[in-house]
Amino acid sequence: MLLREVEYAKPASVADALGVLAQNDGARALAGGQTLINVMKARAASPDVLVDLNGLDELKGIELAGDGTLTIGAMTTYTELMASAEAKARPILGEVVSTIADVQVRNRGTIGGNVCASDPTNHLPPLMAAIGARFTIAGANGEREVGADEFFLGVYMTAVGVGELLTKITIPAGKHDGFAAVTLGVDGTCIANAAASLDGSLRIALGCVDAVPVVLEPASADEAAVREAVRGAALDPPSDVHATAEYRTHLAEVLAVRAARQAQER
Amino acid sequence: MSDHPITVTVNGVEYERQVEARKLLIHFVRDDLDLTGSHIGCDTGNCGACSMIVNGTLVKSCMMLAVQADGATVETVEGLADGEELTPLQKSFSEHHALQCGYCTPGMLMSATALLRENPSPSEDEIKKALQGNLCRCTGYWNIFEAVKAVAR
Repeated sequence: MLLREVEYAKPASVADALGVLAQNDGARALAGGQTLINVMKARAASPDVLVDLNGLDELKGIELAGDGTLTIGAMTTYTELMASAEAKARPILGEVVSTIADVQVRNRGTIGGNVCASDPTNHLPPLMAAIGARFTIAGANGEREVGADEFFLGVYMTAVGVGELLTKITIPAGKHDGFAAVTLGVDGTCIANAAASLDGSLRIALGCVDAVPVVLEPASADEAAVREAVRGAALDPPSDVHATAEYRTHLAEVLAVRAARQAQER
Repeated sequence: MSDHPITVTVNGVEYERQVEARKLLIHFVRDDLDLTGSHIGCDTGNCGACSMIVNGTLVKSCMMLAVQADGATVETVEGLADGEELTPLQKSFSEHHALQCGYCTPGMLMSATALLRENPSPSEDEIKKALQGNLCRCTGYWNIFEAVKAVAR
């Protein structure tokens, strides 16, 4: 057996899931499992209870409001997002998730699981920060909504506390978005990435260079202004076997320029 | 820790078993059902040798718990052929020598089967993208792509 002993609960509703999560500090929500199950194999995490969110239709689905606002259920898989006609209202979403890992992972992995993992090398944290996503967190005392700046708190840490669940992500209308990454192999883990969104002003979010996305607002969308903003951020990224801190800092600037250019060209 | 009763239909046969929550689907299928066609290559979700089709969706069965398959319909490589009659894709793998050591083959077949169901006329790029989650450490990808291409309409 690769996994430590664990209890398993399959709640019938979000309310039930919140109840189980609140009853036990060692309970963890199981979304697509494409990160959590592997982390459990390595015993880097050993929850006492897995609360399986698969099958909760309340957490599924993509809605497009009249004003172009997209609401995406936390348990929506990458594959469902790619296939969704509604999600095409913000094309960058489907484009980016289609570059996450492989078919099998995209079939089970969820948008909520991705952001709740808050892995600095994931694609979605910087993308969500750049496009102004808002996160709805449910708990015993009802729902609250936070922006990306409040949601991502650190490596593997988010605003979703014990006894809480991310239920949906709300994304405003927009289409002038860009994303660029240098990855380990095609569609692999990001060594560095950058997302950009232009809505009057330009917002850039850099991934892989800090515990949480680094959000920048360059003075303009010009390449020189983007470069200046990244240099001014005084990045201090980690070094690892794939890239030194110096190289990651270089990539952050290059990728920010590419993402900004893509956002402008749309 | 309590066992969970599950009912799973694998390749058309219904099985009722008790499983621990921590048991992965691949271990359930291989060890409890003795269907050893699906392989374990990496244990880390990278290699795709354990790929199965669960309720019509291609998954890596080392990243799913057996208990999560309760009520599901599972297809493994053993379910492809009809007795001795191989599927066109399996025949094509044989004809194109689309394997060297053969370890990745069960997963490759399941991924390619899932692709062709969804998209019977995939382009070369679509074939490559569909098989991205399946590693062949003999690096024999070329003939695998050729085999899939040959049965694409």
